[in-house]
Amino acid sequence: MKEFVEGSHAVAQIIKACQPGVISAYPITPQTHIVEDLAQIVANGELKAQFVNVESEHSAASVVLGASATGVRVYTATSSQGLFYMQEVIFNIAGMRLPVVMTCANRAISAPINIWNDQQDSISLRDAGWFQIYAEDNQEAVDFHLIGYRLAEDKRVMLPVMVCMDGFILTHGMETVDIPEQDKVNKFLPNYNPLYKLDPAEPISMGLLADPDYYMETRFAIQETMKASLGYLSEISREFNAVFGRDYKDLLVEEYQTKDADKVIVAMGSVCGTIKEAVDEQRAKGKKVGLLRIITYRPFPYARVYEALKDVPRVAVLDKAVSLGAYAPIAVEMKAAFYGKKKGPKVISSFVGGLGGRDITLESIHEVFRRLTAKEVNSDFIDLKPELLKEDTRS
Amino acid sequence: MENSPLFKSGHTACAGCGQAIAARLVVEAAGANTIIANNTGCLEVFSAKYPETAWGVPWIHSLFENSAAVASGIEAALIYLGKKDTINVIAQGGDGGTADIGLQALSGMLERGHDILYICFDNEAYENTGIQRSGLTPYGTNTTTSPPGKQSIGNFRPKKPMPEIALAHGIPYVATASAGFPQDLTRKVKKAISIKGPKYIQVHVPCPLGWRHETNQMLTVAKLAVETGLYPLFEYENGVLANRKQIVPKPVQEYLKSQGRFKHLLDNPEEIKKIQEIADNNIKKYNLKLEA
Amino acid sequence: MFGPLTVKPSESKGDKTGSWRTQLRPHYLHKDCIACRMCLIICPEGCVHGKEKNAFWTDYNFCKGCGVCADICPKKDIAMVVEESKGEDK
Repeated sequence: MKEFVEGSHAVAQIIKACQPGVISAYPITPQTHIVEDLAQIVANGELKAQFVNVESEHSAASVVLGASATGVRVYTATSSQGLFYMQEVIFNIAGMRLPVVMTCANRAISAPINIWNDQQDSISLRDAGWFQIYAEDNQEAVDFHLIGYRLAEDKRVMLPVMVCMDGFILTHGMETVDIPEQDKVNKFLPNYNPLYKLDPAEPISMGLLADPDYYMETRFAIQETMKASLGYLSEISREFNAVFGRDYKDLLVEEYQTKDADKVIVAMGSVCGTIKEAVDEQRAKGKKVGLLRIITYRPFPYARVYEALKDVPRVAVLDKAVSLGAYAPIAVEMKAAFYGKKKGPKVISSFVGGLGGRDITLESIHEVFRRLTAKEVNSDFIDLKPELLKEDTRS
Repeated sequence: MENSPLFKSGHTACAGCGQAIAARLVVEAAGANTIIANNTGCLEVFSAKYPETAWGVPWIHSLFENSAAVASGIEAALIYLGKKDTINVIAQGGDGGTADIGLQALSGMLERGHDILYICFDNEAYENTGIQRSGLTPYGTNTTTSPPGKQSIGNFRPKKPMPEIALAHGIPYVATASAGFPQDLTRKVKKAISIKGPKYIQVHVPCPLGWRHETNQMLTVAKLAVETGLYPLFEYENGVLANRKQIVPKPVQEYLKSQGRFKHLLDNPEEIKKIQEIADNNIKKYNLKLEA
Repeated sequence: MFGPLTVKPSESKGDKTGSWRTQLRPHYLHKDCIACRMCLIICPEGCVHGKEKNAFWTDYNFCKGCGVCADICPKKDIAMVVEESKGEDK
C-alpha cells in the first residue's frame, strides 16, 4: 500500500510486518523515530513482540543476541556512537551465526560530536561479518529490511544483516513508499526456523572457547558464506521481484548510464539520487557520464564492479567516510577490484565528501566530475571551507 | 555415569576450585529446565572449550560483561514463545564480570524486572587473567595489580558492596552463599528460582591458585571467611533481612593466615586491626553473633 | 558451512583430567561410611559416584587429587594416598 510517510515510520511498518518476537534498542538520534514507532505498535497490541528497553546499546545488541540464540526473530536499530558501543557484540553475533537484522541510521562519529549524516559508523564495522546493504531511498530501506530477514535466516547463510540508511536524509525524509502487505510478506518471508537454539529439550552449548586447533575454521566458514552469498542475493532479489514487482537486479550494484560512459562516479546510499540528477544534467549536454551505485558493501561485489567499469576510462569514488591516514574505504575496494586485471579504468580518483552532514549538492557532483582528470587524486575532500583551515581556530 | 549430570566431569578447572563446586551445585539445584548465560571468565573457559562442554543444560557465552543482557534476551524470547513459566534463566559470572565490567548490564537486568537468577561467583580477583585486583577484592589483598610494597599494603579499598547494590534495585531476593556451605547454597538457589523476578546470589568461591592455599584447604578457607564475619551469609526477601548464618566469631587472623594473599599483613597489627573492624562491622550490621 | 560452533553435551566426553594428579589420590576406605554424600556434593570435578554406605567411589579418569572429599568426610573414611599410576580407565 502506497503511503507518503517518513522513512523511520516506513521502516517500523515493515519491521512490524516481519513480526520479530523480541525488539531491543537504546535511543540515539537519528534512529529514535523507528524504535519509538515500534514501541507504540507493540503497546497498541498490533505486534506480539517483547520490546526490551535497555540501559545501553551494548545491552540492546546483547538482548537480541540472547533472544536470537533462543530461536526467535529479533530486531534492533542504532547509529554512530551506539553502533560503536555495540561493536564487540556486533562481532559476536556474526561469530555465533545469529540472523539478527538491524538498522544503522548512518551518522557521523565523535569527536567533534555531530548528529548528522555520513557513513563512517557502519563502514568502520565492515570487517564484523555482517552484511551491509545501503539504501538509496526509503522504498529500498523498507524492502532491504524484508530482504535482510530472508537473507539472514537462509539456512545456507545464517549471518546478521545491517541495513544502512542515511540518517535524517532518509530516516526523517518524507517520501511515497509502497509498504508491502502482510500476506505478501508472509509469502516471501517464512516463519523463522532456527538451525539450533537454546532449548532444554535439546541442550547445546554456544559460544565456546575455540583454541588454535578450531578458531580458524569458524572465520573461514563466514568468509566462504559471504562469498557464496553474492549469488544468494540475486536469487532472493528475483523472488522478491516476483512477489512485489520491484526489481533490484542482483542487489549488488546499480548501473546508471555506465555503458558508454567515459567518466563514472562510484558512491553508496542516498547521495546517489543527487548523482543521478547530475548525470542526467550532463547527459543532456552530451557528456558521457554515469553512476555505479554500490548497494551491497559487505560482501563486496568485486566481480560485478569489474564487469561494470572495465571499459570506463575514468572513475571517481565518492566516499562519505574516511580512513584517516589511508585511502578512503570504497576507493580501496575499487582499486583492489582492478588490480592486476587486463582491463580497467586508467584513473581511479578518490573523493571524500558529506562528512558530518555537509550537503553534497548537485554542484558538488559536477565539481567531482570536473576534478576527475588524467591526474589521479586520493582522498580529495570536496566542499571544504578553506577559511576554517587558514589559522588556528581555537579562541 | 548413572545419571545425566548437568555439570559434567572433565572440565579444566584447577584442582580444588571453589567455583567449579559452586557452579555444579547451582545448576543441579536449578535443574534441567534451565538456560544459562555465562560471562567470560574462569568458569566459561574451563567448562566450555570446544569440542567439550561440561554443561548438560542449554548454555551460552557471549562476552565478559553481558551475560545479564543476554539472559534478558533469552527471557524475553521465552516469554514470546510462551515457555517462560517452565524454564529457569540464570545469568552468571565472576566478580569482575559482575561488579566491575558487567555492573551496568546487571543493573539494567535487575531494574527491568526480568525473571532471572543472577549468580556472582566471587573469587575476589580476576583469577582467569592472572589474579588481578577487582572491585570485589578484599582490603589488604596481594594481587598482581595490587601488590604490597614500601608504599602499599596491597589492595587499599574494601569490597564493593554488591549485595547492597543489588538490593537497592528493590528486587525480591538477594543472598550471599559460600562453597564452604554447599547445602546452604543449594537451598538458596532453589528458593531463588521459586521466586518470580530478578534474584541475586553472590557465592564466595575459594581459588587455591589466586588465594595461595593448598587445594585440600578449600573448605577450611571458605568456612573461615564466614566464621570470622568477613563474608557474612544472609538472605534478603523483599528488602527485609530474612535469614543470616550466625557465628561464634573467630579472629580474622585465622582467616588471613590461611592464605598466601594475606601473608604480608600478618606482622602488621595496624592493618589486621582494620580488617578486624570490617568483620566487626559485618557482625554488628547483620547481627551475626550467636548468643551463648 | 559453519565450522566448529556448538557442542551437544551428549557428544562431549570431557578431558581426562585425572592425568593432572601428581601426588595424592583419594582412597575410599569403605569402613565407616554413613552415605552422607558430602564427598559427592563437594567434589569440584563431580566425579564421585555412589548411593549406598561404603559404596562410594571416585572416577580417577577425572579426579585431580585436590583432597577436598577427604577433608569434608565426617567419618575420615577417605584417605589421600600416594599416587601409583596415572589416568587409568575404568
